[in-house]
Amino acid sequence: MSETMRPMIPSTIEFKVDADDLRIARLAAAAVGLALVDAAIPLPLPGVKPGLANIVVLLVLARYGWQSAAWVSGLRVVASSLLLGQFLAPGFFLSLAGAVCSLAALAFVRFLPARGFGLVSWSLIASFAHITGQVLLARLWLVPHDGVFRLAPIFALAALIFGVINGLVACRLQQELKVNASLTGRA
Amino acid sequence: MRWLCFIRPGDGLLILLAAVGVAASFPLLWQGGRGERAVIRQEGRIFMEVALLEAREILVPGPLGMTRIAVEKGRARVAADPGPRQYCVRQGWLERAGDIAICAPNRVSLTIVGNHAPYDSLNY
Repeated sequence: MSETMRPMIPSTIEFKVDADDLRIARLAAAAVGLALVDAAIPLPLPGVKPGLANIVVLLVLARYGWQSAAWVSGLRVVASSLLLGQFLAPGFFLSLAGAVCSLAALAFVRFLPARGFGLVSWSLIASFAHITGQVLLARLWLVPHDGVFRLAPIFALAALIFGVINGLVACRLQQELKVNASLTGRA
Repeated sequence: MRWLCFIRPGDGLLILLAAVGVAASFPLLWQGGRGERAVIRQEGRIFMEVALLEAREILVPGPLGMTRIAVEKGRARVAADPGPRQYCVRQGWLERAGDIAICAPNRVSLTIVGNHAPYDSLNY
C-alpha cells in the first residue's frame, strides 16, 4: 500500500494484502453479485435455484485452482447470506452444505481427462453434489422425515438442467477470457 | 448451435447418464408408501386384516346393512355401502399406505397400511 492510503492514526493491526487476495475478493464479489441475481429470479419451488454464482467458482477452479475456488465459494456463501438477511438462517446452512459438498466433489475433477471432460462435466458434478448435500442436511436437520426424498427427483432434474446451462455459460466465458487475453497480449 | 461445441464427448456421456438417472428416480421415489395390507374396522374395532395379494370380497355388517369391500392385488376399495351419501364408495381404489375410506353411517372404515407406519394426518 502507498503512503497516501495510510490512515491518520496509525492502526496497530495492518493487513498485508497481496495480489492473490485482491483477485479472490474481486471474483468473490462477482459471485456475490450473481447470487443476488439468483435470489431475484422467481421459481416455483423453494430450493430450486439456477446457482449462477457457481459459474464464477468453475472459472476460478479452471484458472486458479481449487484453493481459490474454495475461497470464492465460501466468501460467496457468507457475503450473499449477509446481504439477503439469511445469515445463520436455515437457508444459509443449506447453501453452506451445498457449497461444501460441491467443493469436495470439485476437488476430484482435475483427475478427469481434460480431453473428454470439460467445464460442463465439472458443473454437472458440482450441481449434483450440491443438491445431495442440501437434501441430506434437510433430511437430517430441517425435515426429519423420509418424505423429503420424494422431492429428490425434482431437485435432481433442476441440478441436471442448471448444471448443464451453467457449465455451458462457464465454457463460453472461458473462451471469451482467452480471446481477450490473446488480444491484450497476456497469457 | 454455437453452444454445442462446448460439450466434449465425456460431457455428453455424463449428461446422458445424469438424465437417465433422473428419469429413473421419478417412478422409484414417487411410488413410495405402497400399501401392503387393508385394515377393515367396524365400530372402531378391527374387523379383519387382509393382505393385498389376491382378489377377494369381504362383507362387513353394520347398523344399516352390509358394506361390501373389494380387495385386489395392491389395492382395495369400498365397492358398495348402504350409507346415503356414498362418499366412501366414490373414493374409489385406495393404493397407498395411509389412504383411508370411511363409511361413517355404517360405521365401517377401510385403511391401507404399508410396512412403515406413515404419519396419521387425520388424528395428528
